[in-house]
Amino acid sequence: MRPSAARAVDFAVKIRVNPQQTGIDTNVKHSMNPFDEIAVEEAVRLRERLKTEVKSIQAVTIGSPKSIDTLRTALAMGADSAIHVEIPESDPAPEPLAVAKTLKAIIEKQKEGIDIVILGKQAIDDDLGLTGQMLAGLLNWPQATFASKVEVDVAKREVVVVREIDGGGEEIRCKLPLVITTDLRLNVPRYATLPNIMKAKKKPVTKYSAADLGVDLTPQLETLKVTEPPTRVGGGKVESVDELVAKLKEAGITAV
Amino acid sequence: MLRTRAILSSRALSRLYATATSPHALVFLEHRQGIIDSASLSAVTAAGQLGGEVTALVVGSSDHVPTVLNTAKKLKGVTSVLHSTSSQYAESLPEVLSPLLEKLLSDSSPYTHVVSATSSSAKSILPRVAARLDVPAVSDVTSLEHDASSSSTTFTRLIYAGNAIATVRSPSSVPIKFFTVRATAFSAAPAVEDVDAEMKAVDPVQVTDPPTEHLKTTITKSDRPDLGVASRIVSGGRALKNADTFASTLYPLADTLGAAVGASRAAVDAGYVDNSLQVGQTGKVVAPELYMAVGISGAIQHLAGMKDSKLIVAINKDPDAPIFQVADVGLVADLFEAVPELVEKLKQ
Repeated sequence: MRPSAARAVDFAVKIRVNPQQTGIDTNVKHSMNPFDEIAVEEAVRLRERLKTEVKSIQAVTIGSPKSIDTLRTALAMGADSAIHVEIPESDPAPEPLAVAKTLKAIIEKQKEGIDIVILGKQAIDDDLGLTGQMLAGLLNWPQATFASKVEVDVAKREVVVVREIDGGGEEIRCKLPLVITTDLRLNVPRYATLPNIMKAKKKPVTKYSAADLGVDLTPQLETLKVTEPPTRVGGGKVESVDELVAKLKEAGITAV
Repeated sequence: MLRTRAILSSRALSRLYATATSPHALVFLEHRQGIIDSASLSAVTAAGQLGGEVTALVVGSSDHVPTVLNTAKKLKGVTSVLHSTSSQYAESLPEVLSPLLEKLLSDSSPYTHVVSATSSSAKSILPRVAARLDVPAVSDVTSLEHDASSSSTTFTRLIYAGNAIATVRSPSSVPIKFFTVRATAFSAAPAVEDVDAEMKAVDPVQVTDPPTEHLKTTITKSDRPDLGVASRIVSGGRALKNADTFASTLYPLADTLGAAVGASRAAVDAGYVDNSLQVGQTGKVVAPELYMAVGISGAIQHLAGMKDSKLIVAINKDPDAPIFQVADVGLVADLFEAVPELVEKLKQ
């Protein structure tokens, strides 16, 4: 089992574009990408349900030295070990295809084989939502995206997943090995308790560089600039429902 | 990996010699019960903005493909239609569709771009194909510009829950540019009478023993307009107390206005409505003519899903609720009094 975790600006932080228009001000609180927390949580819950059938849970992150925090959180939540593909602080964030290639290289290095890879459906910074599908494509494994429920049948080596799709839900059955991406309602991640945080410090973290894995992380796309969207100016107020109805009528909105 | 690189660079070179020709986009049209998804029609418009040929791709079972083709061939901007029919294509399973797309996009293919809507189906399929072809993909673009002389396409897209806009260029070194479009940013391509695009059938690529099996699909049934395409939306938040109160308070208002119903994440998490009604960064992104936020405080993640609406109306008891900063018309009032009054007065 392999949850993949990314470090992103905390969801509650107010984003500010930097003056050079090259990116956003990153001197703010960072946390594990919320969807990745859900991924780690699901791995831990699978172990709680399947017990010894889950032989190991490894958390992976690809990022600057500071990303070790993300791995420590995953370890504290219940992962057994972690892998840190360290990239220099000043390097640009790797693109989804590069992340997928890196994960594939790591998976291929695992002697005992990996049966399930769980990722968040999207990172809340770039909102791209591509990595899981790309990894599944590179590995030619089945994929279960936007999972809201996961049921593993170990004996049959099959997983039934309920997915969130436009307008409702879809239930699919996939053979192992499988790539799963998590949607918001798959679970509510636990807070790591202090004893577990202490225990996590002793759990092993293996470090690799991209070169060790034979992967080129150079971005293929060029970010030309990052700008602020036009500020929506609101603030118009009415004092009564009558006034509201009048404003709606002005805008051409009446009962059908 | 080296071999793949070599193939790509020779293709990039041959593209450079062949170009500055126009781009040729392959648009993945999604459909349900024989009707093309409105979001796919926005993808057709976006593909047309690249400035070259547009080939629509229709894949499905024999139950639906013929009906879809009747519309597809008349879409404004579509120059040709490729179609492939198989019982295996009845459901859009990425593992089953990918081999067909890979075949269509192989070495001798003319396509420079692959386009779709950012729907749950297409965004599961397209990145898988892109990775298998060793090319990147760009999600949920809000605008695009293609420069034929440099074979590069520049996109804008929203990042950080819509708090910043990134301008991203896919250069000539990317031989096939995959991207999905935000439907609210591109108008739906209409059907036009004087167009009758060339149609070509493509043999399906049968997948023996697919690793994924579709068991069932549950679409939330509603007589109301679909949230994704409605021109009016009435949306409720946590203040609506429970599922029954949500329904009894908001549905009459939605019905009076002929609106779809949406909800904040808090309301969905609390179980008032189905997940599929969530509007926001990780839910649906909408841009209707009217968005009425009732009892919604206006968290950044919610705003990300509706701040491009033409007219935003907010009703909330809390005068400091962030929603009022983006609302064009705000009413500070108890929604349980204001909404019934509003329904009554609208009907007059």
